[in-house]
Amino acid sequence: MNAPLNPAASGAAAPREEGAAARRLSFILVFAPFALWIALVILVPQLNLFFLSLREKVGPQVYALGPRNYTELFGESVYVLTLVRTVVMSLLATFATLIIGFPIAYYIAKIARGRARTMLFMSCLLPFWVSELVRVFGWMLILRETGLLSRLLQGLGLVDGPVELLYNDVAVMVGLIYTSMLFMVVPLVSTLDSLDDALVEAGYDLGGNGFVVLWEIVIPHAKPGIVAGAIIVFMLNLGNYLTPTLLGGKNSQWFTAQIYSQFITRFNWESGSAFGFVLLVTSSLIVWLALRASGQTLSGTIGKG
Amino acid sequence: MANDLECRALVKSYGAFTAVNGVSLAVPKGSFFSILGPSGCGKTSLMRMIAGFIEPTAGEILIGGRSMRGVPPNRRPANMVFQHLALFPMMNVADNIGYGLRRRGMAKAEIARRVGAVLERIDLADSGPKRIDQLSGGQKQRVAIARCMVLEPTVLLLDEPLGALDLKLREHMKVELKQLQHQFGTTFVYITHDQSEALVMSDQVAVMNAGRFEQVGTPEDLYYRPATPFVAGFVGDSHRWGGRVTAQAGSDLRVATSAGLALRATAVVPLAEGAAASVFVRPEAIEVRVADGRSDPAPASADVNVFAGRLESLLFNGANSRAMIRLERGDLIGAVLPQNLLGTRLGEGAAVEIRFAAAATLAFPAGGDAP
Amino acid sequence: MLPSIPAPRLVTFAYRAYVALFFVYLAVPLIVVAVFAFNDSLYPSLPWKGFTLDWFFGASAPKIGLFHDRAILRGLVNSLLVAFATTAASVLVGTTTAFLFERYDFRFKGVCYMLMLAPLVIPGVILGISILAFSSQIANAADDAFGLELNALRPGLLLVALGQFSFIATIATLVISSRLRKFDRSLEEAALNLGASPFMAIVTVTLPYLAPALIGSALVAFLMSFENFNTTLMLVGSDAPLTITMFDRMKQGSTPVLNAVSVFLMLGSALLGLVSVMAQRGGKGTAE
Repeated sequence: MNAPLNPAASGAAAPREEGAAARRLSFILVFAPFALWIALVILVPQLNLFFLSLREKVGPQVYALGPRNYTELFGESVYVLTLVRTVVMSLLATFATLIIGFPIAYYIAKIARGRARTMLFMSCLLPFWVSELVRVFGWMLILRETGLLSRLLQGLGLVDGPVELLYNDVAVMVGLIYTSMLFMVVPLVSTLDSLDDALVEAGYDLGGNGFVVLWEIVIPHAKPGIVAGAIIVFMLNLGNYLTPTLLGGKNSQWFTAQIYSQFITRFNWESGSAFGFVLLVTSSLIVWLALRASGQTLSGTIGKG
Repeated sequence: MANDLECRALVKSYGAFTAVNGVSLAVPKGSFFSILGPSGCGKTSLMRMIAGFIEPTAGEILIGGRSMRGVPPNRRPANMVFQHLALFPMMNVADNIGYGLRRRGMAKAEIARRVGAVLERIDLADSGPKRIDQLSGGQKQRVAIARCMVLEPTVLLLDEPLGALDLKLREHMKVELKQLQHQFGTTFVYITHDQSEALVMSDQVAVMNAGRFEQVGTPEDLYYRPATPFVAGFVGDSHRWGGRVTAQAGSDLRVATSAGLALRATAVVPLAEGAAASVFVRPEAIEVRVADGRSDPAPASADVNVFAGRLESLLFNGANSRAMIRLERGDLIGAVLPQNLLGTRLGEGAAVEIRFAAAATLAFPAGGDAP
Repeated sequence: MLPSIPAPRLVTFAYRAYVALFFVYLAVPLIVVAVFAFNDSLYPSLPWKGFTLDWFFGASAPKIGLFHDRAILRGLVNSLLVAFATTAASVLVGTTTAFLFERYDFRFKGVCYMLMLAPLVIPGVILGISILAFSSQIANAADDAFGLELNALRPGLLLVALGQFSFIATIATLVISSRLRKFDRSLEEAALNLGASPFMAIVTVTLPYLAPALIGSALVAFLMSFENFNTTLMLVGSDAPLTITMFDRMKQGSTPVLNAVSVFLMLGSALLGLVSVMAQRGGKGTAE
C-alpha cells in the first residue's frame, strides 16, 4: 500500500484530474493505431487517388486540374459498355448466388439437426479455406477444351470433337457464383437460425401454404442476412479480377481489368485513378441504393461481422 | 470502539441528479452493517464510492481510520463481492482465490498455503482445481467471499450477492453468510433491496431512500420503532391509511381516515390536531375473531381499535397465511390468520371482528413518500 | 417447411437431392485439382497416365516437383512473410480498435465507425491502386526533394502487406469487438478491487477472456492474407507472393506442379482449421 500517507496534502481535485489524465492517455493509446491505419492506408490514399484522377497532363512534367480523365472515360463507348456489363453481370451473379444459396442456408438452419447440421455447415465453408486461385484453377481444368467436361461430352457421344467451354460469360458466372457462395450462405444461416420455428409452424397453423409462409414470414425475417450477403457478394463480384480474367479470357471485359491495364500496363495513373474512382462510386451508389430500398444500415448488416 | 468504515457527508451528483445526498455512517469493527433500500435509492452509488470505482462529489470516506481520498480501488483495504460475483471464468477456483495475493507479489508456496487454508474454512478443500462453472450457486458464493477474505481486508463490501439465487438457496445463504462473518470477524457492509436479508443478518441496518438515510438502527428498531413513514412502509408488511388528526393528547391521537374510519393511534413525531397523517399497522398486530355473537361486541377500551367486517378471502401461505377482511367502511385489511381459524372451515363472507392496539398503530405526518 | 410439418415425399426427396447436388458442385473443382496432382502426365488433364508423386518431389526437368521449384518455394516464403506481418499488425490494431469502439465515447464516433467499416466496401483492386499511387508519390517526392531512395515505398512485399492489412484489420476489429462486447465489465472491476493495477487487470483478466477471438482473428487474417489476390496484384514488385507466381503460371498453362501446390495449400488450410477448432474448444471451457 503506497497510498499517500498525508492525504490532506494531496488536495481534493488532484486525484480526479489524475484519473482523467490516465484515461485520456489510454484513449490516445487506443485511438492512435486506429487513426494511423485509417488515415495512412485508407483516407489519404483515397483522397490522393481522387486528386490524381483530376490531374491532366498538359506537357512533360506539367499538370493542370480538370475533368479530362473522366470525359475521356465516358466518351469512349468501350469503357462505358465495360462498366455497364460488369455491373449487370455482378448483379446477375449476386442474384443467382442468393437463389442457389437460400435453400441451402434454410436446410442447414432449419431442417438439418445435430451432427449433420455441423457437417453440412463445415463442408459449406471448406472450399473457402482454399485460395480463390485454386478454386478457379479447378473450374479451368473442368471447362477447358481438353478438360473433364469436354471429355465427358465426347465420351457420351454428344459432341464430335473437343469443345471449348472456357472463356465465355457462362464460365465467368459459374466461377463468380462458386467463389462468393460462402459470403451469401453464412449470413443467411445466421439470420435464419434466429427465426423461431414456432413462427413457421404458426404460419402453417393459421392456414398458410409453403409459399405464403416463405414469402410473408421467412424472407422478411431473413432480410438483414439477405442484404448483408447480397452486398458482400456484389462487392466481391464487382471488384473481382482473378475469376473474369482466368475464366473469361481476353474478352472478359471486366472493369477491374481496365483499371489494371491503365495502371500497370499503360502506366497511365491519372486515367487509371479515374477508372478506379468511377468503380468506387458505382459500387457505393449501388450498395447505398440497396440499403435504402431494404431499409437496412451498413453497420446493422456488415458491421455485425 | 474504532470504526472500520466511516463516511462523512458523502454526496454524489450526476449533473442535476443527486444519487447520494449527504450520507454519513460509521461502522464499528467486526459488525455486520446493511444498507437497505429500493432500487435506484443510491445504495449502489454509495457502495461504488466506498470501493473506489466512482469519485464522490463531496464528502469523505475513511477505511480503518484512513482517508480514501485519491486512493485508487486497487489500493483500498476494502474488497467487494459483486452482484453477479464476477468470478474469473478463465481461472480455476484456487487461481481465483489466489488472484489478489499474486497481485501483491507473494511467493507461490505462501499463496498455495493461504489459498488451501481459506478453501478449508469454506468447506471446499478439494475444489481448488475445479472450474468455476463446475460449482453450485452456493459454492460460487463462498468462493467469491473467500477470494476477498484471503486478502484480510478491513471491510468486506457485498453488493446484493444473493440476488441471483433461487429462494431456497437464498434462505440458506443468509444463515451461512452470518456464520462466515462471525468466523472471520471481518466488518461486512452489505447492500440489498431485500429487507429479510438485511433484518436476518445485520447488527445495524441503514434504510436508504432517494439518496438519503431515513433511519439507522438495529433490525428491531426499524421494525418496531420506525422513525419515518418510509421505514414503516418499507420494512415489513403493514396496512396504511391516510387521514386527519381529530384529537390529540400527548402522543395519543385520534385519526379519521378518508373512508371515515375512526382510529386510535400513537404519534411517532408530534402531530397537531387537524394535521394530515399516515397511519400504519402491521398484520401480526391485528387480532381476528369470529363474530359469533357470544363474545362481547365492543369492549373497546381507550387503547384498542375494534372494527367489524367480513372475511373476503383466505390467502394460505403456511405460517404467513393471511385473512383479507373487508371492513364495513370498505377498507380491505390483511391480518395474520390465527392458528385456531386456520383449521376451521371459516367460509368466505363470514362475519369477523378485528382488534389492534393503539400502541401498535403508528401515525406519521402525511406527505412522506412511503413506498 | 420444417421437419415438424409434413411435406409430400417427392418434395422432401427433391430438396435433399438439391442439397446433395450443391455439395457435389462445391467439392468437384477441388477434387479435380487434387486428383491431377498425382497424374503422371505433363498436363493436368485426362487421360490418366498413372500415379506419381513427382509433382511433389521430382527433381529433374521436365518433372520438377513443388519442393524443387525455386520460384514456387520463394513465392511460398514471401507469402508466409507477408501473412505473418499482416496477421500481427491486424490483430494488434484490431484489438486496440475494438477497445476504442467498445470502451470509449468520443466526438465523431459514428463517423469513425463508418470509416473503420469502409475498407470492406472498397473493392480490393482500388485499395491496391490507391496505396500504390500514394506511396509511389511520396517516394518520388522524397527522391526529388532530398535525393532519398525510399525503396520500401516502391511496389514490393511491404506494400503488399500494407495493402492486405488495410482491410484485414477491419475484419479483426469486428471479430474481437463482438467478443469484447460480451465481456462482463465487473470482472475487470473485481480485478481492480483485488489489488490489480488497471494495466494488470486487462492483462490478467480481459485478454485471457479475449483469447479465443484473438486466435480466431489471427487465423482468419493469416488465411485471408495468404489467399489474397486482388490487392496483392496491384502492389507486387519483383518479389512475388505465391498467389501471383501461381497466377502467372496458370495463364501460361503449366505442369501439374500447380495441382501439387494446391494440394499442399489444402493441407495447410486443414491444419489451420484444426488449430482453430482446438482453440474454439479450449475457449469454450473458459467462455461462459
